[in-house]
Amino acid sequence: MPSPLPDAGRVRALIARGKLKDTLFQAVGIVFLAVGLLVIFLLVGDMAIRGAARLNPDFFTHFASRRAAQAGILSAWVGTLLVMLVTALAAVPLGVAAGVYLEEYARRNWMTEIIEINISNLAAVPSIIYGLLSLGVFVYALGLGQSILTAGLTLALLILPIVIVSTREAVRAIPESIREASMAVGATRWQTCRHHIIPYAMPGVLTGVIIGLARAIGETAPIITVGALTFIAFLPPMPFAEIGAGDRAGLFDWLMSPFTVMPIQVFNWTSRPDPAFEVNAAAAGFVLMVMVLSMNGVAIWLRYKMRKNIKW
Amino acid sequence: MIDMPIQESAPLKAEARGLSFHYGEVRALKNIDMPIRDKKVTALIGPSGCGKSTYLRCFNRMHDLYPGNRYEGEIRFYPDDANLLAPEIDPIEVRMRIGMVFQKPNPFPKSIYENVAYGLRVRGESNKRALDDKIEQALRGAALWDEVKDRLGELASRLSGGQQQRLCIARALATDPELLLFDEPTSALDPIATGAIEELIHELKKRVAILIVTHNMQQAARVSDYTAYMYLGEMIEFGKTDEIFIKPQDKRTEDYITGRMG
Repeated sequence: MPSPLPDAGRVRALIARGKLKDTLFQAVGIVFLAVGLLVIFLLVGDMAIRGAARLNPDFFTHFASRRAAQAGILSAWVGTLLVMLVTALAAVPLGVAAGVYLEEYARRNWMTEIIEINISNLAAVPSIIYGLLSLGVFVYALGLGQSILTAGLTLALLILPIVIVSTREAVRAIPESIREASMAVGATRWQTCRHHIIPYAMPGVLTGVIIGLARAIGETAPIITVGALTFIAFLPPMPFAEIGAGDRAGLFDWLMSPFTVMPIQVFNWTSRPDPAFEVNAAAAGFVLMVMVLSMNGVAIWLRYKMRKNIKW
Repeated sequence: MIDMPIQESAPLKAEARGLSFHYGEVRALKNIDMPIRDKKVTALIGPSGCGKSTYLRCFNRMHDLYPGNRYEGEIRFYPDDANLLAPEIDPIEVRMRIGMVFQKPNPFPKSIYENVAYGLRVRGESNKRALDDKIEQALRGAALWDEVKDRLGELASRLSGGQQQRLCIARALATDPELLLFDEPTSALDPIATGAIEELIHELKKRVAILIVTHNMQQAARVSDYTAYMYLGEMIEFGKTDEIFIKPQDKRTEDYITGRMG
């Protein structure tokens, strides 16, 4: 190709060098990504293989037992689901309300600055500290005992900063013109939040909830601190189920029930001397991973459904 | 339609009296007096940053949404003869009577129907028949009905920019405002959509007073009965549109209109 440029050769060499770096960076990126993914696949795959022997229906329908082959995770997975339910029910409304308040109502001053900084700090507080706090507040001061409710609220506190921060980010991403449009037809601030800001922020909030719950589901330390038991051979009472002669459980009795959760069960089994329990631990670990992934899956699907309708 | 000659006796809808406005320490509007006549179009022209939009947003107390803003003076609103800026007047009530259309179309990410219904819902209207009727009227008023009547459930974001802006006009019309504020409503639109909006403004002034900010002097000349030229937060000149454009009294107005400045 004839070139009108006097120093075309030099320019082309320059471009070639630039492109080489492009390619190099891509290659490095792909390698790092592959390493990360590989580690996860190996971990999950390893657990699946090692626990395969125990991954049968009985494993899910049996309580823990002293004999490894008969031990199951019934009380653990039920406990985890119920604790997560309480966590989400407590953290989402609180976190969304706090986030929306801070963005839409609170005046910018030194007070809100301090609150802002401390919310970020809270997200970095070690989970065991939340456990200690809850032991003092929920278990002793409020007398909620070593219950599902206590555990759920503890984990809710733990993920609250994550929910608040993601709510604020989602709220901030809503264009000012939408608020003005709503206020201009005569809506109050609350109507604007209720009909516009909160629904449009929900996909972003869900992202925070996913991250938060994924963190909470694997937490062991604070749950042990508030006194979860490791050996539970019963389920929390179903609402209105018969308990004893002519006695029926109340709608919320399960909240006050003792419980255990998946990570505690896994921890318990790995600390047994009998190697047969290692198989159980691997199987339970795999189930926990599947629980996390399916929870995320549901949230991502929900988020997708919501986002489809929101375009600025 | 041939415009009737403007009679000075056209009743007042609103009137700014000694209106000043402060963003914190910055005085953005200086002592503005201006009548807004009922069922007429009043245009605000002037270079960017001259305070046209700031002035417009005083009328529906939009500035109240942000801290540090302060009004001085009055905007009398008729027939009540009340001061819109008085502290005892609830800005929400003001916004229920004075509609606004923004520079960029800003429909809610909801259906076409829900966009128009929103103002009515805020006013507590929940009767489906009444809503349907008013929404049809508003969409007809905004010259959008024929284009959307078969897809009211569709998302507003599926409409073109010009349609979205007419939807925003319908949203403002649905609640029967007494005064409509337009903040450069066509600056984000192509010439054809702009033409449609201008025609619409022409129709709308039969029923409602209109105050419009525009960057485009031809637009002011085409759509308005009265024109105000603003510069650096002051109102330099106000008068009937043809007089302002044919023989402006102030040198600064003349410079702006003839393109020597701005």
